[in-house]
Amino acid sequence: MEKDGINKPARVLWRLGYFLRELIVSTLSVGPIPTHVAFIMDGNRRYGKQQHLNQGGGHVAGYLALKLMVLYCRELGIKYVTAYAFSIDNFKRSPEEVRCIMDLMVEKIEQELSQVDNTFSRMGVRVHFSGKLELLSQPAMDAVKRLMAATAGNSKALLTICFAYTSTDEIVHAVQETCRRKLAPDQIEGKGNYVVKVEDIEKHLYMAVAPEPDIIIRTSGGHRLSNFMLWQSSNTCLITFSQLWPAMSCWHLVWAVLKFQRNYYYLEKKKKQM
Amino acid sequence: MLSLRFAIPTANSIASPKPKPKSAGSLQFLGNQTDIFSSGVSVPKRYDCKLQAAPTDVDVVNGKTSVARELSEELPVGLKKELMPKHVAVIMDGNGRWARQRGLPPSAGHEAGVKSLRELVELCCRWGIQVLTVFAFSAENWIRPKVEVEFLLSLFERALKSEFESFASESQIELLFYVMLFPSVRGGIRISVIGDSSKLPTSLQKLINEVEEATKQNTKLQLIVAVSYSGKYDVVQACRSIAEKAKDGEIQIEDINESLIEQELETNCTEYPYPDLLIRTSNELRVSNFLLWQLAYTELFFVRELWPDFGKDEFVDALTSYQQRQRRYGGRHS
Repeated sequence: MEKDGINKPARVLWRLGYFLRELIVSTLSVGPIPTHVAFIMDGNRRYGKQQHLNQGGGHVAGYLALKLMVLYCRELGIKYVTAYAFSIDNFKRSPEEVRCIMDLMVEKIEQELSQVDNTFSRMGVRVHFSGKLELLSQPAMDAVKRLMAATAGNSKALLTICFAYTSTDEIVHAVQETCRRKLAPDQIEGKGNYVVKVEDIEKHLYMAVAPEPDIIIRTSGGHRLSNFMLWQSSNTCLITFSQLWPAMSCWHLVWAVLKFQRNYYYLEKKKKQM
Repeated sequence: MLSLRFAIPTANSIASPKPKPKSAGSLQFLGNQTDIFSSGVSVPKRYDCKLQAAPTDVDVVNGKTSVARELSEELPVGLKKELMPKHVAVIMDGNGRWARQRGLPPSAGHEAGVKSLRELVELCCRWGIQVLTVFAFSAENWIRPKVEVEFLLSLFERALKSEFESFASESQIELLFYVMLFPSVRGGIRISVIGDSSKLPTSLQKLINEVEEATKQNTKLQLIVAVSYSGKYDVVQACRSIAEKAKDGEIQIEDINESLIEQELETNCTEYPYPDLLIRTSNELRVSNFLLWQLAYTELFFVRELWPDFGKDEFVDALTSYQQRQRRYGGRHS
């Protein structure tokens, strides 16, 4: 993450921070480390207002926070990271804000692809977009597809960005696909093959690329899922921080992992019983 | 009948708050635990139940002072009537732990849990909450020891029988007597049971059908009890019904949308299938496969107390926290 032009004290501080994080990682690794952490990135606009940033400044800050979080998760050995970037309900917001977020996404994807700022590629992170991508404009959808193709070969970690996503829409889509498969002519010929099971629906979820999340972290003090990963979150540890998303730090992640470790052995025992 | 009812002073003593043992510094919601970073969260205060005048739609000349006293305990200080949730859901966790802490068998914990539930039902009736859903027995609970499972099912059967006799009584005298003791349940409680009832003993299934049928017309509160319930299974069975309809040509696959699924879910027995507030006790921060689809925009409230210790104060905390929250459903307020 070092850039040319950063002065020596800043580099020393960064290295010190890195050393400290290494220490924390070794301590935490004594216990179980979550496989999949999901973030509900709430509070960007409020952050922008608090810091007197321009229109869209809060969302840029949010993007930087996401990159940092992915870095910390990589250092901790968390293989799957999911971020709730834009809900289908968010289309209800003002057209300027929606356009601002779409433009920001396209701009950052272009930077990533053109290696101006290819953090994710350098970290070996594969980027995947989950959601009803047909709702995006053509340029946005093209950018998304190109990024997914460009990072498809990376295997160190998977970052899933939920864009134009709601869990209820995901389930409706899975139900439609399941019905389509089950009612296909060759299926009906078979005996009772059209009985729907849990596995049938799970196969067709947008989030089938990742296992169920171990932790869902929500910022800005909201205690709700807001239509995020309802199906996958039945045994997930739900943690809320009062800080706004751009103010998230590695300490929050450490705290979340500690809470997860506290409940882990009890949940594993339950899973084994099943 | 009304004048008889309001002249009975016992109504007030029953409605007065019961003192419950409280652990020091109990958690209102998780925001408290992160105060080593920085606190932007306000902690809801505990409220004593103070008597205050509340609007009433009952106009009885004779017992007017008694009316004011009874209805003035309607809402504790700080709670606004217009912000009360219509549908509250509760995950009643912690009975086993409560019993273990006291050196009692798990059955004692579950019995104490039923008492807490009765108190909560009474409060919901009094405070105008229209639907209360409780997670009594999960589909995953079948793996518990057989003895405990059998006890839980027999406890449920006993509780249902005794409530059936109280809530659904046809006899005028019995109803009058019951209403005198619990004036807030005038209008009756409608009981619905959701979950995979095929796994339950036949006697219990029969009793459930009878109770549902008998209380169908009641309007005061709808109590939905989730027994052998799994949120995922609810969606799967909705999908199965939809697949059947599609197979029979009643609907096209392209017509499958959110409201179609909502109609097929087991919570279609109520006008308000989506909980506004979900309370989980015993400090467990998860949803455990309860009402998966319906919890999309539900406000979650996690309580440190175990379920048998959950009482009026904790419920007031939960409602206060709920009333302070801004629900945006993905949009913006300003």
